[in-house]
Amino acid sequence: MENEQAAFGMLAEFESAEALVAAARKARAGGYRELDAFTPFPVPELARVLRLRERRVLLLGLYGGIAGFCIALAMQLYVSFDYPLNVGGRPQYALTAFAVVTFELTVLFAALTPALGMLILNGLPRLHHPLFAARRFHLASKDRFFLCVLASDGKFDAGETENFLRKLKPASIELVKA
Amino acid sequence: MTDSAAPPILPPRQTYASVTDQLASIPLHFPTRRRWLIALCIASALFGLLCVSAAVLFTEGVGIWGINIPVNWAFAIHNYVWWLGIGHAGTLISALLLLLGREWRNSLNRFAETMTLFAVICAGIYPVLHLGRPWFLYWMFPYPSTMKVWPQFRSPLEWDIWALLTYLIVSTVFWYIGLIPDLAAARDRAHRRRWQVFFGILSLGWRGSALHWLRWQQAYRLLAALAVPLVVSVHSEVSLLFAAGTIPGWHSTVFPPYFVLGAAFSGFAVVSMIAVVLRAMFDLRNLVTDQHLDILGQVLLATGLMTAYGYVFEIFDALYSGDAHDIQTLTNRFTGQYAWSYWGAIAFNFVALQPLWWRSVRRTPWMLFAISTCVAVGMWLERYMILVTSLYRDFLVSSWGEYHPTFWDWATYIGTIGLFLLPFLLVIRLLPVISIFETKEVLHEEHREPGHGK
Repeated sequence: MENEQAAFGMLAEFESAEALVAAARKARAGGYRELDAFTPFPVPELARVLRLRERRVLLLGLYGGIAGFCIALAMQLYVSFDYPLNVGGRPQYALTAFAVVTFELTVLFAALTPALGMLILNGLPRLHHPLFAARRFHLASKDRFFLCVLASDGKFDAGETENFLRKLKPASIELVKA
Repeated sequence: MTDSAAPPILPPRQTYASVTDQLASIPLHFPTRRRWLIALCIASALFGLLCVSAAVLFTEGVGIWGINIPVNWAFAIHNYVWWLGIGHAGTLISALLLLLGREWRNSLNRFAETMTLFAVICAGIYPVLHLGRPWFLYWMFPYPSTMKVWPQFRSPLEWDIWALLTYLIVSTVFWYIGLIPDLAAARDRAHRRRWQVFFGILSLGWRGSALHWLRWQQAYRLLAALAVPLVVSVHSEVSLLFAAGTIPGWHSTVFPPYFVLGAAFSGFAVVSMIAVVLRAMFDLRNLVTDQHLDILGQVLLATGLMTAYGYVFEIFDALYSGDAHDIQTLTNRFTGQYAWSYWGAIAFNFVALQPLWWRSVRRTPWMLFAISTCVAVGMWLERYMILVTSLYRDFLVSSWGEYHPTFWDWATYIGTIGLFLLPFLLVIRLLPVISIFETKEVLHEEHREPGHGK
């Protein structure tokens, strides 16, 4: 029991993206739910196999855009209200002339919110993580593909999980300490 | 979308590991220290020239430049447009081609985006210098002042600062978000403590988790989708600085697309120049291949011809309007005192471009470099022509005048080249100059393509 408390998860290394996807599929089929994979580049199939769902980033972009639009328009309308400038009798609330700044701020807010949101949802920046202590994990940014069964999984058991993962023929396997 | 008949863009027999080691080792074990130091010295000297020019400008005022009535916008705005236009190609390569699924962009996007950042900075300082009293820059922002005045939001000059700052911020964020996974790769390759700390902090603890990648891709593609219309809006807005005025030669609805295309054209030229230099400097022929140069040449040719179409339409526009002042400006461009800038633009932009029809020319680095240099010069002449030939003779003969750039005009302009090169050289020294993980994505696609029976 003490062992499991101190564990972050069981990390298995694979040599190709395809092998990782196949292993992840088998691990799902084997009843594991708390899985994570680590790859040197995005592998879109993984999101499907691991049943990862995420809409918040895109929604943040939408909300950001709406906020930017409203702020920009409100700002320009208020400024024209507070300090009316009559230039040759042209309209005081000139929506066509306000279109440029409104568009720019819409884009600015719609770009910043998903960028920041992505980092915050991912829990970044983070200076340290248990995985960085794993022996071969530095290869996850090079050419190796890792599958991790997290210790928080109900089915996780250091010995059993290791045996299960070994059947998937990984290149290496390691218990990561929390 | 992808033409499956085309040969792979990256030569086979490269592995994820070899690519990672090759690209991450550029900052970690920098190869061409001597040449880089020489370049850095030149860039620093140019940057120093800019600092001196700016110091003289701030003490003496804009009178040290050749501007006067009627040509009160010359080098400052001309180079502003030129630099900003160069910047746009980086965003287009990176964002537009990402959305279109053109994977060849993955060898070019990083340094093209880096180019964008510093070109935009070079552009951005010009209006500030041109203010004459740059310490009043904050008047451009809406803040509750004791004078109870607000900025004039119906003026293109006010739009400009919002467009430029938005563009700078979005480009920086897009660049950095795209850089994070590579910073992590460099962190994991670093052995010396200093590099580990440097990349460790910059990479924000990225570890390539599947869920992180999912969110990252959504954010990255959304930023790309926003960046493309942003480029178009920013340069259209820049053209409105001209087109919204009533000066003959400026007051035309052709201007926004004409400016955007010209911007892409000059920018692709500079991207080609940087690509040729970098691949020779760091021995990257396996990643920036002849085929990449070929495609860049084609894009350059295509955008050049579209810009040429803009020239034709500008003439048509003036003639069709029947406006005496418009036609007079047109004649001045052809035969007036500054006709050299018009014919120079034609020669450097469009005549010099024609060899690109030949594949062997596009694939010869020095020829592509030479033609690209011509284009950069030609577009510089074009911006000069648009500004000066329109302003020096407008409606009334009594208000005609001339413009001659002074020493300080040139010193400031040449100095901005230092402002561009200095941070660019630092980036290629310190950061992965070609996207590591996106190159591996291309390899991944190429490796499995035969298996998919394409």
